[in-house]
Amino acid sequence: METPILSIDNLTVVYRLQGVWREAIREVSLRVAAAQTYGIVGESGSGKSTLVQAVMGYLSANGAVQQGSIYIEGEDWLRATHRRRQQIWGARLSMVPQDPLSALNPALTIGEQIAELVRRHVRLSRKAAHERAIEMLRRVKLPDPESIARRYPHQISGGQQQRALIAMALASPELRLLVLDEPTTSLDVTTEAAILDLFAELQADHRAATIFVTHNLGVVARMCQRVAVLYAGEVMEDAPTETLYSAALHPYTRLLLRAVPRIGDSTPLQAIAGRIPSLRQRPSGCVFAPRCPIATDLCHAHKPPQERAEEGHLVRCHHWRAVADGSLRVEEASSALRRREMQSAEISFFEQLLSDNQNGAQATVMRAEHVRVRYGARGLLGRLLGKKPPFRAVDDVSMRVPRGKTLGLVGESGSGKTTFARSLIGLVEIESGEAHLLDMPLRGTPRQRAKATLKAMQMIFQHPEESLNPYRTVGQTLRRPLMTLSGMSRVEADRAAAELLRAVNLPADYLSRFPSELSGGEKQRVAIARAFAAQPALILCDEPVSSLDVSVQASILNLLAQLQAQYDVAYLFISHDLAVVGYLADYIAVIYRGQLVERGRAESFFTPPHHPYTEALLASLPLPDPRARVRRIRLPDDQPSGGVPSGCRFHPRCPRYLGEVCRTQAPPWQRDSQGRYYRCHIPPAELAALQAEREG
Amino acid sequence: MIGYLIRRVLFFGLTLLLTSLLIFAAVRLLPGDVESAVLGRGAEPAARAALREELGLDLPFLAQYANWLSGFLRGDWGNSYALKLPIRPLVMERLGNSLRLALIAMLVAIPPSVLLGLLAGLNEGKPFDTAFSLISLILVGIPEFVMGIILINVVALEWKLLPSSASVPPDASFGEALPRLILPSLTAAAVLLAYIGRLTRVGVIAEMRRTYVRTAVLKGLSWRQVVFKHVLRNALLPTITVIAISLGWLISGLVVIEQVFAYPGLGRLMVFAIQQRDLPLILGGVMIAVTVFALANLVADLLYAALNPRIRLS
Repeated sequence: METPILSIDNLTVVYRLQGVWREAIREVSLRVAAAQTYGIVGESGSGKSTLVQAVMGYLSANGAVQQGSIYIEGEDWLRATHRRRQQIWGARLSMVPQDPLSALNPALTIGEQIAELVRRHVRLSRKAAHERAIEMLRRVKLPDPESIARRYPHQISGGQQQRALIAMALASPELRLLVLDEPTTSLDVTTEAAILDLFAELQADHRAATIFVTHNLGVVARMCQRVAVLYAGEVMEDAPTETLYSAALHPYTRLLLRAVPRIGDSTPLQAIAGRIPSLRQRPSGCVFAPRCPIATDLCHAHKPPQERAEEGHLVRCHHWRAVADGSLRVEEASSALRRREMQSAEISFFEQLLSDNQNGAQATVMRAEHVRVRYGARGLLGRLLGKKPPFRAVDDVSMRVPRGKTLGLVGESGSGKTTFARSLIGLVEIESGEAHLLDMPLRGTPRQRAKATLKAMQMIFQHPEESLNPYRTVGQTLRRPLMTLSGMSRVEADRAAAELLRAVNLPADYLSRFPSELSGGEKQRVAIARAFAAQPALILCDEPVSSLDVSVQASILNLLAQLQAQYDVAYLFISHDLAVVGYLADYIAVIYRGQLVERGRAESFFTPPHHPYTEALLASLPLPDPRARVRRIRLPDDQPSGGVPSGCRFHPRCPRYLGEVCRTQAPPWQRDSQGRYYRCHIPPAELAALQAEREG
Repeated sequence: MIGYLIRRVLFFGLTLLLTSLLIFAAVRLLPGDVESAVLGRGAEPAARAALREELGLDLPFLAQYANWLSGFLRGDWGNSYALKLPIRPLVMERLGNSLRLALIAMLVAIPPSVLLGLLAGLNEGKPFDTAFSLISLILVGIPEFVMGIILINVVALEWKLLPSSASVPPDASFGEALPRLILPSLTAAAVLLAYIGRLTRVGVIAEMRRTYVRTAVLKGLSWRQVVFKHVLRNALLPTITVIAISLGWLISGLVVIEQVFAYPGLGRLMVFAIQQRDLPLILGGVMIAVTVFALANLVADLLYAALNPRIRLS
């Protein structure tokens, strides 16, 4: 291997927290060569942000490098003066950050933000630097770069902002090392796919060494030649991508791969029990031992050294040899552990719920007919105050949710999926159309609704930290719906709250805890328990796992599936992630700009024909398998300020655009032989043939 | 942007209209009657009735308001009961005096306050910042009249550097008037300085924590470029708004300072008018104060929009 561009040796970074130094990353070593893309995978709390900051030479004020070294092109980066760093930053070392909008200065044009970097590092006139900026914008495939250069960040879409930041990162001709810090995490899946394409394409040009930091195993599989798996600040395993996905040796890596939902696969996900230890509670032995299904006394007592399993494959586990030769089976050990946990949870509260709900059983729990929701109706005063013109977020959506089943509602940001849920629960007004829950009309604000209606429908939100009252203990949170909606006495409610906690696999002593004392996954379990406390017939789940780490996400999905199987509750499960929806749902509906474009049963959902939008969504998913062929369908960016397109709303972005008819006529619902409906001008047989052609 | 401008101006007009109605009603509710104020307490009932008719006080409320409003709009603001003088020139002259004082105070206060606030914000938590926070808090806390009296006692009476009274003869040139204006404007500036400085500091601290600052630093830009080109532009947005609004506040709120320095400003005229129950004078003065205040707000909003591309271009 040629001299690496970046070499990190035995790096330990510490933070000073309340007067004590804590290790955020420990003994990390990496070498990244020119033109190589090195993946760093980790969940939150793994230390990946700290690693990025250390490489950039920009640790926060309370952080320090305790030991180890970082060399960039043979230069001791930790010893570099601030002046020296200013010469390297932007010239030889660049970063693409996570959230593009906040990373751009709102008060400067895109062109100027790139040109100032060019002027700083290359001797160019103002005009030449501006031209270079436009040239870079063209290289990242932004349409009409001259006009983008004149615009401000808020005037372009998220995908375009990220392209602009990539253009900025690559603007220096001497770039050697590129750090990508979760560059696609905040983007929609179709945009993410296009940005990943761009990285892959540009890499051939710039030949800089690249570090790709992400939590997404699918992204790593697609983009990286090597991967280091980071857990609680330590590299657990470090291997070529192919090896890591096919023959991982560390139990954490193996379990993480099993925890990812995959399209078309509904075998139960393997969650990893427990959570990443915080900085304050790092175990003295192996950091993964407390969650590891094969951990022994040795693991709890002694940190395993990093060992070389074979050329280029490093692993930090006492038992890697037993995993390698098959004498220890991580996945089976984990399943056995889970079964024991499940048996210990006796759930009498839910038995009662089951019998209650079966009284007056009927097939459809919720039906919505031609629901429309409009935002921003404005009167004279509103117009004077400059309120935005009205915007129909949900336009003619009809659906039925059957008892005990899950309807997955899939859409990207701005599709209207959350607004639809909010209209059902009464947080926004239904403009026209109607919705019924068990024959009770859903009308008016929650305050105006009958108790029976409130009780029958509950909601689980995306961010549990925002939906739980920080000043109420878990017990108080759970007791409230039990007393107000289910009419229990204080004593009964206390008992039921304890049972609820057990049902969501949390220990009973959590009743007296406050939300701040819980992890993200635990908070979401409490939120689920609270939703079940009212013994609802329908739960609206609004992206309930998208803010959670992969390993935790799996356990929440499993919990939801298990509770549903036992207790016959229906879910309207809203998500942007087709893989997650596919795992849980019985029926799937896809929503685009306020309208459903496809609906059908989940089993047959992943075979053609699809609505072209669904097809693009499916083709955009990064698959956690490095051998997966990349199916390329890329949508042009959605323009943030455009009005609702005429005819078919998808036509400006549609890869299967027919012509005139798509632009002028709203497409009809078509029904294919499997009983699936989609809204498109292309008939099923023809669409299936087109799509099979691409797959084959 | 044009649409925004039109909306703001329309809104400005609406504000003034509603305010005038409110003030007109409020003034009518003041204790004491006009007849006694004009004719003296022992006036004949016939004279009272004649006066009421002459002043239009026998008309219904809305008709009175309409009369007053049309007069006001045509520039006929009526005569002061107490001074027997036309109101408009009187109020305008006082407004000019107040504006002069306010502008000097702002010129004195703004440059150092922005600079000090910026330095304090960039050195958050360090001794300079602590000292700045402490001193500015004390300045904000000291009432204007205490500050004014201290200045009069020390600078005017003890050191005899400047006159203690700020009453300027109407025909004095700016050069002659200036020494008399220094003490009152310093008093006003002290509060303004502390207030704007603290605001700038908070703005700078908040902006320094934004992600785009990291982007700018990691481009390799110099510290000066990061601060002046990236941070200050965003950090000063709220400050600029407050500066514009504070002009309105200075015009209508300098009553205490004008009183202490015997300065013939609008505030002092208003105090006089209220003491005399001089209803037309109160109305005219308040309307002008409100107009200036609303105008300052309008300018602040437009300035903010013009400087903030997120509003300017949406």
